[in-house]
Amino acid sequence: MQQYLLHIADNALILGHRLSEWCGHGPALEIDMAMTNISLDLIGQARNMYQYAATLEGDGKTEDDLAYLRDVPEFRNVLLVEQVNGDFANTIARQFLFDTYHYFFQQQLCESQDPQLAAMAEKSLKEVAYHLRWTSEWVIRLGDGTIESKARIQRAFQDLWSFRGELLTPALYETEAVAAGVGVDLGAIKTAVEQKIFNVLDEATLVRPTDGWMHAGGKTGRHSEHLGFILAEMQFLQRAYPNAAW
Amino acid sequence: MVTVSDRHIDAANVQYGAQMKTLERIWEALENVSDPEIPVLSVLDLGVVRSVTLCQDNIELTAEPENKQLCHGASTDQPSSVTIQITPTYTGCPAIGMMAANIRIELLAHGFDKVLVLEVLTPAWTTDWMTASGKQKLLAYGIAPPQNKARIEKMLFDETAVPCPQCASENTACISEFGSTACKSLYRCLDCREPFDYFKCH
Repeated sequence: MQQYLLHIADNALILGHRLSEWCGHGPALEIDMAMTNISLDLIGQARNMYQYAATLEGDGKTEDDLAYLRDVPEFRNVLLVEQVNGDFANTIARQFLFDTYHYFFQQQLCESQDPQLAAMAEKSLKEVAYHLRWTSEWVIRLGDGTIESKARIQRAFQDLWSFRGELLTPALYETEAVAAGVGVDLGAIKTAVEQKIFNVLDEATLVRPTDGWMHAGGKTGRHSEHLGFILAEMQFLQRAYPNAAW
Repeated sequence: MVTVSDRHIDAANVQYGAQMKTLERIWEALENVSDPEIPVLSVLDLGVVRSVTLCQDNIELTAEPENKQLCHGASTDQPSSVTIQITPTYTGCPAIGMMAANIRIELLAHGFDKVLVLEVLTPAWTTDWMTASGKQKLLAYGIAPPQNKARIEKMLFDETAVPCPQCASENTACISEFGSTACKSLYRCLDCREPFDYFKCH
């Protein structure tokens, strides 16, 4: 259960952190605000989940211990969310692939037999619906846009496609969470997630990349080199000044 | 202004008279606590306050906003205290901490020194809980209030026209799904050309 909660929280925290890197750098003010708004939602969702995980862990643990004092191999996020921002098209493609998964994931999590998880999912789902709406529109706008924007978003999907598989391939703790009636059966949302991705790609007049070899490992703590850099920045203050608080 | 006694007439058992009055005072005090991001809205307008429980003279009374269970009383041996349940609007909204602190400060000013503010997540906050007067205040403040009942499908696909809060024209366009705070999106009126915030359905 603990691993499962950390997995959900880490996905949201790391992607939220990545998006926050856009703060002040968005291609337009409105886009800057949108990305930081989504970032805020995700970090809020991560906080709720860490707080819950900390209470289950007991022993005086807090959300900050979980966010700031674990090292790379202890993080359970998928590899997709730690990938670099790249250009705007790359960020949109990464976010869209995550949002499609995240939307159907939270929808199913509302049915969790763990009342706390279900309550958090019910809140998150409303937020994620707006994320998905925003990224879907941008995929379509870029894909069905100029020659340049189309080439960039197409390349972004090409580059990130191999990170898609991990989202829908359960780790052991996910299978256990399903068996316990608290987790989401990824097999059950697979078709809906893919259908949504394919529909939007079609509408965006983009070519669907071919499925080939897929990355894996993030869910069990084998991360790309990027995560270390994210944590170095995110955890610096807490590591340099232990127990520092606002 | 809606008061506790208005909404809880049938529950106003005579023997709880003093407690009812106190509860009403608390409710009125909460009207003074505003959303730090949108100061024209009180925490009651926003629907963030889910219940107020008063323990006084061995009586426990709870009041909840309309459409919810009415005020109910029970005997208790708890010491005098006020417990207020609030629910965050958006999960990551930083305003919730400030609202909790301001509720405590406001009630302290009214002489309630044992105040507990609890955050509850379920049922999830929705713009459907925003009061009619809250929507009016938003409009007068220049923010278009939520236009519909909150439904997930609508959040994904809705294309409802949002009237301009300045000139009431429905000839408006969405500039960005995400505005100055998590709860708003950014619109522009195509007639009077003013940009405006829209408090989106949630």
